[in-house]
Amino acid sequence: MNTMNPGISAEADARHKSDAVIPVAEEKPEDTVIEEGKTVGKAFADNPKYKLRHVDVSYGDDRAIKNISLDIGRNEVISFIGPSGCGKSTFLRCLNRMNDSIESCRITGQLLLDDEDIYASKKDVVELRARVGMVFQKPNPFPKSIYDNVAYGPKIHGLANRKAELDDIVENSLRKAGLWNEVKDRLDANATGMSGGQQQRLCIARAIAVSPEVILMDEPCSALDPIATARIEELISEMSKSYTIVIVTHSMQQAARVSHRTAYFHLGHLVEVNETNKVFTSPQHDLTESYITGRFG
Amino acid sequence: MQPVTLFFITLALIGVAYALGYFRSRALAAPMGGIRHLKSLPGYYGVRAAMWCGIPALIVLVLWASFEDQIIQLLVLGSLGPEMVPKSIGEASLLMSKISNVASGALSPDSVKEPIANAAELLKTLRENSETYMTLLVLSVAVLAGFVGWYRIQPRLNAREQVESTLQWIFFACAGVAILTTVGIIFSVIFETIRFFGMVSFTEFFFGTSWSPQVALRADQVGSEGAFGMIPLFTGTLLISAIALLVAVPVGLFSAIYLSEYANKHVRSVVKPLMELLAGVPTVVYGFFAALTVAPFIADFAQTLGLNASSQSALAAGLVMGIMIIPFVSSLSDDVINAVPQTMRDGSLALGATQSETMKQVIFPAALPGIMGGILLAASRAIGETMIVVMAAGLAANLTANPLETVTTVTVQIVTLLIGDQEFDSPKTLAAFALGAMLFIVTLLLNVLALKIVRKYREQYE
Repeated sequence: MNTMNPGISAEADARHKSDAVIPVAEEKPEDTVIEEGKTVGKAFADNPKYKLRHVDVSYGDDRAIKNISLDIGRNEVISFIGPSGCGKSTFLRCLNRMNDSIESCRITGQLLLDDEDIYASKKDVVELRARVGMVFQKPNPFPKSIYDNVAYGPKIHGLANRKAELDDIVENSLRKAGLWNEVKDRLDANATGMSGGQQQRLCIARAIAVSPEVILMDEPCSALDPIATARIEELISEMSKSYTIVIVTHSMQQAARVSHRTAYFHLGHLVEVNETNKVFTSPQHDLTESYITGRFG
Repeated sequence: MQPVTLFFITLALIGVAYALGYFRSRALAAPMGGIRHLKSLPGYYGVRAAMWCGIPALIVLVLWASFEDQIIQLLVLGSLGPEMVPKSIGEASLLMSKISNVASGALSPDSVKEPIANAAELLKTLRENSETYMTLLVLSVAVLAGFVGWYRIQPRLNAREQVESTLQWIFFACAGVAILTTVGIIFSVIFETIRFFGMVSFTEFFFGTSWSPQVALRADQVGSEGAFGMIPLFTGTLLISAIALLVAVPVGLFSAIYLSEYANKHVRSVVKPLMELLAGVPTVVYGFFAALTVAPFIADFAQTLGLNASSQSALAAGLVMGIMIIPFVSSLSDDVINAVPQTMRDGSLALGATQSETMKQVIFPAALPGIMGGILLAASRAIGETMIVVMAAGLAANLTANPLETVTTVTVQIVTLLIGDQEFDSPKTLAAFALGAMLFIVTLLLNVLALKIVRKYREQYE
């Protein structure tokens, strides 16, 4: 897995950072030439949670992610935006190795979580996923009771010795997900009978219950109505105090509302990363500008 | 002309009608500026003409072929004159066979009474002419109706709508055949069962623990007492089915789990069809595998353990039957496990669950109702299975729960009761129908239960 190019080192990283944008004077943004591995803006951080260098992902002969380097800071909310098929979800799924189950998927480069290589051959994927929770696009509660949904993770990882401890974990997780008051009287009810927004918050509670350090969210609001979306966004802001959150979203407003930094992906390239307000007020790259002004996407 | 020949000629006429209808619609459309001025495509006009030609003619053909004998018999017996009209059905069929013997030359016309000889003559002419009449009738119906269908083709005629609705009726009729057959079977079983209960009491049949369907031929015969208790038979059936399910459920289920969750595409594409092949092996082949290979092996093996095993044992039949129904369990389970959405797996794996934890705690419970449906279908197959048990389980109706002993099943007894020449008014023969009815009810209930469970499962993700 680790076929990191040894020629590219810290100096190279620094060069990336300081590289100025070369605006390409073209009418159509699609014609803009993207230089591989070149990212505009602020891609790196001090003492990052995730340190990702020269990540390449391919499905068979298809290169989905092309030489992306990025740092994700501690307790940071970073959002990935970009047109469909740009690779943002694929990249997200590398962060907890959810791509493992896809046979044709090849990942190269260096992916470090707290300076540990998550693709090392002896790395325990179970432990990794306990530290990195995930919330999916479509709410996917198990067809079990609300209680069992939240208790599932803690039980698997042996986080509770007694029933009372488990009860506490379930209650705390549901509280953090802002769901406790709605469901405390019907913890035994089947989770599939809840509304979509409630189901998604249950999935967040389920992820929190394992006490992860990072939470990955893959378009968590795309199946929800505006009110449920607002509640989830509120929740994300609140959770950012205790977790590192990576969120893939199609809604630029959402990215602007919840995230500290925003990363713009295009055709497998990471084109621009910067503080969210900078990305949305003064994008440095043509493609980013075209996308956020709605010229394509 | 033979009905079969006639049938093929009618088919040819249908083809001709199609072509004529097709070309007539095109010809009508040509002066108007092409087929887009027709209400339907030319093909529909062709099919409509073919239907006009074929459907009435084929109905006449089928009706004639099925009622020919009855009509001829009616005519022949009617010609006999009032003094010789038969008084009962039996007498009528006797008389009829006598007449047809004379007609075919097996009996000389001189050896019978004159009206019978005359009737035989009539029968001969009727039979000879019947085919001619039938040919003429069917062909003229085909041609006339086909002509009407062809002649009435107009550009404004919506042939498509008519063809579609006729097709709907044809499909309905086909579905009706299956339903009517089932109803027919049920009724024929029910009537005989009612006759059986006229001779043997309910309590004896349902609660009797001994089965020996003997019927005395003379009043003072030794061992004339028949016993019709169905309990030993149903225990035997249940014992063998239980053994079969003990084999089929774990093996089928685990292989389904392997195929759907662990096996890669190549293994799956080879193994799954191979497993389904098990269901295609004729049961008689399983039968001699059970009787010649498995049963002696079990008997020998039991001997080495110091147990006494019969050479025909419930265990042998049950084991082999279990192998046979593996595909029912594995194939259906595989389908329902695959139907569990991928998002469930992702959700569990993302929480750090291993593949087997995901299987055990998320996928299996979600798929359980569907798996239960598959198991119940397999169970009703096991209960109704005959050939393997006939060959491997034996005939002795022992009331036992020991799988090493010989037992017999409901199906085996039905077979033995009805093999050979039987009189259809003795309780011995009628018992077969009563057993059949019970078996039918049991498997029907199992099927209904299975369908209910499967349906409930389907609603869960919708």
